[in-house]
This record gives sequence, structure tokens and C-alpha cells, in this order.
Amino acid sequence: MDISLLIEKSTIVVVLFLITLGIAAYQTLMERKVAAWMQDRVGPDRAGPFGILQPLADGGKMFFKEDFIPKNAERGLFILAPGLAMFTAAMTGAVIPWGPPVEMVGRTIALQVADINIGILYVIGFASIGVYGIMIGGWASNNKFSLFSAIRTSSQMISYELAMGIVIITIVLMSGSLSVATIVEQQHGFWADGYFTWNVFKQPLAFIIFLVTSLAECNRAPFDMAECENELIGGYHTEYSSMKLGFFLFAEYVNLFISAAIIAALFFGGYNFPGMDNFSGITLSILGTLVFFAKTVFFIFVFMWIRWTLPRFRYDQLMHLGWKKLIPLAMINLVITAVVIAFTSGWFSEDKKAAATVEVEQKQPTAVLNNASDSRASGSFRVNLNH
Amino acid sequence: MSGIEILAIVLGGLTVGSALMVVASPHPVRSVLFLILTFFLITGNYVLMNAQFLAIVNIIVYTGAVMVLFLFVLMFLNLSKDNEPRSSMKMKVAATVAGGALMIVIIAALKDVIMLPIDLPVDNQQGLVENLGMLLFTKYVLPFEVSSILFISAMVGAVLLAKREKQIID
Repeated sequence: MDISLLIEKSTIVVVLFLITLGIAAYQTLMERKVAAWMQDRVGPDRAGPFGILQPLADGGKMFFKEDFIPKNAERGLFILAPGLAMFTAAMTGAVIPWGPPVEMVGRTIALQVADINIGILYVIGFASIGVYGIMIGGWASNNKFSLFSAIRTSSQMISYELAMGIVIITIVLMSGSLSVATIVEQQHGFWADGYFTWNVFKQPLAFIIFLVTSLAECNRAPFDMAECENELIGGYHTEYSSMKLGFFLFAEYVNLFISAAIIAALFFGGYNFPGMDNFSGITLSILGTLVFFAKTVFFIFVFMWIRWTLPRFRYDQLMHLGWKKLIPLAMINLVITAVVIAFTSGWFSEDKKAAATVEVEQKQPTAVLNNASDSRASGSFRVNLNH
Repeated sequence: MSGIEILAIVLGGLTVGSALMVVASPHPVRSVLFLILTFFLITGNYVLMNAQFLAIVNIIVYTGAVMVLFLFVLMFLNLSKDNEPRSSMKMKVAATVAGGALMIVIIAALKDVIMLPIDLPVDNQQGLVENLGMLLFTKYVLPFEVSSILFISAMVGAVLLAKREKQIID
């Protein structure tokens, strides 16, 4: 294995992990400040200037609280659950391209942990197993309210995953690739060929559906069925205390950060910004990364804004919205997109018919396969493994 | 032995071990959790074979959806050792006979197996999504589309069952 590649990737992993934790910690402060601002209050301002040290104080407090495990809880699973929640939350960031590639000491460094060519499916995969932390935690607590919360959350997440998956298929159709890096690259700049390049302008409905489903996937208000306090005490983490509770809360903020980053990457051009062609090299990389983080922070703000504006949905309203509104809308959107693509650049378009007559010689599947594997499919995932 | 072979053996051993734990563990919820672990390890095996698409689909479909429903139902029922339905002696004898018969059939089938040298084209790029899609939509297009009809009919059946129940209530 190439040593410099190993160093490069481990640096990116460590830095990404630290940034994720740091942002998640400061989201707690941001949440309280945003809430205070929306409700015309001051918010926490005692710890350090403007309350900037508040997350440290909160974290320290969490560590020194009594760590209590109920007598009838499933001990092993009770301890495993918060770790699982945190693990799945932190894993998702691996496929997001955080900035344009950097040219440094004669090699191109992608600001991404792994550009696997199934990147977006990886995100869905880890989003769908994120529910296990909550389910196992809720069940292992041996508390009726926790169990209710676990069951509610899992059915909510399964329901909203469907609409989210369909929307992602729409985006994949638009870009023709499952790699998040490619999807971001295709939204280069801001304006090209007489239209916006960002996906939000091409797929506004898909963006709205994705925003709503990611709110539900993060268990954020107005979809925070998991911990609806007036019905379920504290939901799945009722029995948790100390840093185990902290991990659950922290995992939620990590999820929020990753969701905001994915929205920024899929719909708002990731690290692309208007006028980016005027810059190059390291300047472009730094600016692009900053722009991406600015977009991410903006979406975190939008999530908080929604939380402090809308009241919680009732459970049947949530299911009604998910199954009867969002999924049909997403499907109609998908079909329309597919038809438009088929007529503009797909099977029924003029240049494709011309191309088909040329390609008719390579009808044998093995020949097609070999061609594909030679040219395009030297996946970088393999490079990462057996470099 | 190369590193990747050691990895494959360790991963395979863990997979078999956790699959055995599914049967061996007395508590149904623990059993399902071991099944989830088994699916994860199978995903690991797929990744080792560079079948990325299959790996992630295994996670999304089995680990992320099917097993969540399993766990869901088991948590609802809250089965434990105390309220587990007791199996009678007759059941145990029947199970032993059925299992033993299956084993005899398998042994009989495997007795005369001749190991032919397998000559598959070695192509570790085959599991990548582009190549898999190319294969599915050219060579295996008929089975692929037929299986989608199977899923549609299953969905229609599920909807029909749900609808019929509602009509009786009305």
C-alpha cells in the first residue's frame, strides 16, 4: 500500500472526525442561541464571551453525572446502543466531498475519505441502520415508554426512507452517477447553458421532499416522535444518564450536521459557488471548502428555524404525510424526470438514435462488459483497498 | 498467505460463528441481533470480493429494512423464556426426523459430486455498479424483469389483503 495515500486518508479521517464532533458540540450552543433569538431572549451567555464555552461546560457536566443502569435492563445492549447510534452517525460523512481536490506536492488530494462509486447508496445504507441505536436502546431499557418510542421511531424512519430513496433516485437519474463527488462536480459553478447548474433549481420538488424526509430521519421537530416529551417522558433515552445520554443527544446533532451537508452537496452544488472559475489551485480549494461549510451551517440553521417555528405533528398525521403525500409526489416527480431525460438525452432523443447505430457492432454483453471495465470502472474504492 | 486471505478466513469464520449464534441464543431478540450481525459480516465478505453494489444493497434491504421489521415485531411480542410456547415431545421427534431426512438427502446428493476445475474469468471489477448494471440489462434482462413482476404481484397481494380486511369492518 502506498504510504503517502495512507497518511493522506488517515489525516482526512481524523480531521473530519474532529470537525464533525466540534460542529456537533457547537450546534448545541447554536440551537439554544437560535431558540433564544426566535423567542426574543438572550440565551446562554455566562460561560466565556457570548457563552462560547457553554458546550465545554455541558460536556463536562455530562461526564461527571452518575452513570446509572436500571436493574432489569439488558446490560450489554443497554451499553451498546449509544455507541451504535454515535458510530452510524459518524460513519456517514465518509463519502461527502468537503472541497475541490487539492494539488499538493505533485499529487491530487481529494478532500473526501472515500470516493466509492456507490457513495449515495452508502449514505442511504447508514441512514437506514441508524435506527438500530434507538431501537436497541429503547428495548434494552426495559421501560414501556422507551419501547413505545423505539417502535414509533423505527416505523417513522422506515416510512420516510422510501420517499427519500425515490428522491435520491431522481437525482441519480439527473447526474447518471451514484458517486457523490460526481454529483457535486456536475453542479459546477452556478450558471451554464442558459440555466442554473445547481440541482435545487432543476428539481425544486425533490429538494422540498428531501428536506422534509431528512427532518424525519434526524428525528427533529416537527417529527420528533422519538422523544415527544408530553407523551413519552424522554422517549428512547428515558432511562439513560451521564455520557450515554450525551452520546444519544450528540449522535442526533452529528446526524443533523451530516444531513445538512448532504442537502448542500446534492441540491446546492456542494463546494461550487458563482464565479468559481476565477480562482484556481489552493485558493479555490480553501474557498470551496469554506463555501461548503457555510452552506451546511445555513441548512443547520434552517433545521433549527423549523424546529422553533412548527409544533410537533401527531403520529397519524406523520404517517399520513409520509405515505400518502410525500411518496406519491416523489414517484410522480421521478416518472416526469425519467420521461424528460428519455426524450432529451436518453433512448428517444435524436443523438442517441445515431449513437445506437454505431454501437450495434458491440452487441455481445461480454464485449460491452470488458469495455466498461477497461475505461470507466476502475473504481477508486479498489484503489483505496489494494493500492 | 496474503493479508487478504487471512482477512477472508477471519471474516468467514466470524460469519459462520454469528450465524450459529442465531440458532443457539435462547432469547429471540438476541437471536435477531445476531442475524443482523451476520448480515453485516456477509456485507463485509461482499466488500472483500469488491462487490460494492451487492454489499450496500444487502445493508439497505436486509439490515436496514427487513431486519428492522423483524426486530419491530419481536419487540412488540416481547417474547421471553417464560412465555415461550412449550414444544411437546411429539414436535421434537418430528423436527428431528425432518431435519435428519434433509441431511440424508443432502449427503446423498453430495456423495457423487465430481470436483471439476472451475474456469471462471477472473474479473474483480465485475461487482462494481456499472458492470453489474450492464450485465443485468443485457445478459440477464429476462430474469431481472421477471423478478420485478414477482415483487409487483407481492405488493398488489399485500394491498389487496389490507383492503379486504377494511371492507369487512365497514
